[in-house]
Amino acid sequence: MSGFDTFDKGGRVPIPRFGHGSRVPGWDLEVDLDKDPAVIPDPETTPVPDELRRDIEDAMSKYPDRHSASLPALHAAQQLHGWLSPEAIDQVAAVMRVTPAYLTSVATFYDMLETEPELVGHHDVYVCTNISCSLLGADQLYEAMIAAAAEHPDVHVRAFECLGACDIAPMASVDGEYLGPLVDEDAAQIVEDLHAGRAVLESKQLRFRKSVDPQVVAQREREGY
Amino acid sequence: MLLLFDGIDEPGLSTLPVYERRGGYQQLRKALAMTPEDVLADIGDSQLRGRGGAGFRMAQKAGFLPHGEMEKYLVCNADESEPGAFKDRELIQKNPHALIEGIVIASWAAGIDRAFIYIRGEYAYQADILEAAIAEAYEAGYIGERILGSEHSVSLVLHRGAGAYICGEETGLLDSLEGKRGNPRLKPPFPAIEGLYDGPTLINNVETLYTVPYIIGMGGKEYAKLGTDTSTGTKIASISGDIQRPGNYEIEFGIPAREIIYGLGGGPPEGRDIKFWFPGGSSSPVLTKDDLDVPYDYDSLAKAGSMLGTASIIVVDDSHSVLEVMHKLVKFYAHESCGKCVPCREGTNWTLKMVQRIESGEATPMDLDIMANVQTHIIGNCLCVLGDAMAMPVGSMVEKFRQELEAEIEAARARAAAGSAEDVIPIGVADEHAGPVPVH
Repeated sequence: MSGFDTFDKGGRVPIPRFGHGSRVPGWDLEVDLDKDPAVIPDPETTPVPDELRRDIEDAMSKYPDRHSASLPALHAAQQLHGWLSPEAIDQVAAVMRVTPAYLTSVATFYDMLETEPELVGHHDVYVCTNISCSLLGADQLYEAMIAAAAEHPDVHVRAFECLGACDIAPMASVDGEYLGPLVDEDAAQIVEDLHAGRAVLESKQLRFRKSVDPQVVAQREREGY
Repeated sequence: MLLLFDGIDEPGLSTLPVYERRGGYQQLRKALAMTPEDVLADIGDSQLRGRGGAGFRMAQKAGFLPHGEMEKYLVCNADESEPGAFKDRELIQKNPHALIEGIVIASWAAGIDRAFIYIRGEYAYQADILEAAIAEAYEAGYIGERILGSEHSVSLVLHRGAGAYICGEETGLLDSLEGKRGNPRLKPPFPAIEGLYDGPTLINNVETLYTVPYIIGMGGKEYAKLGTDTSTGTKIASISGDIQRPGNYEIEFGIPAREIIYGLGGGPPEGRDIKFWFPGGSSSPVLTKDDLDVPYDYDSLAKAGSMLGTASIIVVDDSHSVLEVMHKLVKFYAHESCGKCVPCREGTNWTLKMVQRIESGEATPMDLDIMANVQTHIIGNCLCVLGDAMAMPVGSMVEKFRQELEAEIEAARARAAAGSAEDVIPIGVADEHAGPVPVH
């Protein structure tokens, strides 16, 4: 998160604060107080890219209640805009016929929806730092990943909750591709592969991992695959 | 016993032709030839218990749904996000059609014509595979109107989440599926009476529904012979942490935990010893190496003071301190608390601060009593069990490792007195998206 300092109070655990001592994020953002938050954006004055409109309408048609489409719709908007900017939220709101405030409340709840500026087409690297991974050195891996991506603003590295791949701990998800078990040296390779536009660290992709259950191993040998 | 994992590594199993060649969708044909009541009775005979954590009998839950003409829903919970759990991921990725077959059979048994799968957003690859499989199944007529010429019609929609642990909780999941923030609801009414879109809703874990075709295949009574009297059948156990061969293993209920951890997982790394282990994901109270001979099933683990949960064993060896694991655990739950209920929202954050106090050398042994006491005020006082999921393991760590924690407190105090406390202040690495932690 950008722009907060810590004020050390004589040896106590420092309290993270934003500028001017505020503990509330967004305290310094400009707000139009005259604007009614409960207004659905006018479709006439809110241009929505055709592709995005189609994605959102497709999603809405799948559910008995159109509100259910909020997650897929926000996902689609994030893909297009890089993050959920106020404009992106307005576009989704205009198509879904809901208020931007409602969508913002949803967007801020979920970790995968970005409400801070990100580049269009940026790469998401989620490093799992939960128990199983951290037992095997995930915190160090995260530091290495941060260092490897330091010069690359299009690579967004985040520490993440358990990603459900403790069998390949310590692991990371790179644009949705699960990789592991990783060593610190893999960090640089991941960044390099991303920029070269090739499959990332193919030898460590989870999708190729075979079962370790001895019964399955025996069956594999028996059936010859 | 190879049941759920039968042929799991066969190339192409996630596609319809290979699945059908292995006998896929035969159980659906068999079930559709039976009456819904008979299918439900068969599942009842199997005594299948929910594999998502609570261990409630599936047939009983399905039986709670009101009868008659109304919109009823089936929701498959594929939001596997319990730290240590990764079984559903492998099942979906390698054999998605078995899950679909299970959903169609279960919806027939419970008289449901609309089904949803809620999969966590991080499982992008698995969701793509599942989506392709659903399209194949629609194409082949296994989902849709009048399936295989029978009376049964069901639609199936895959819904992707967006990263929130709380959405694995059934009512939080329903709110999320309705397009809201994933806040849990007050129960009762339970989802079986009033769930998705206020309609009666049957919610089951991936592995539970995945097991259904196998039960229909061998017959409920036959299935019930596997495992123990009260924990029937087989279970996919996930083993991770300080272990030589981490992974998913299919086990029969009732085998000793030692056999899973040492026999299958290979035990902790050479030269290391087990300090403690979570038997059912990070939400379960920890057990020590003295408990390794406990039979691995729902009731034996409950008797041992813990729980089977999602059957995700996390092993911690003696190279790690209890405090370090506790810090990770507490920080996770503090971050994931949705904030709806005060005991959980405040309790998880207070516990995190208490752990930080210990690490910065400000705590006294009395703090451990306060910490243990705070946990007892969280348990049972919230809409869902997220707070309990932190309170139970933390309580068990304080109880079982009090001496070690007291020694940590003393050591940290000594370090602080020597003026080096700043060096050990654990402002965690995972806080980048959590924002500042308010201190009152």
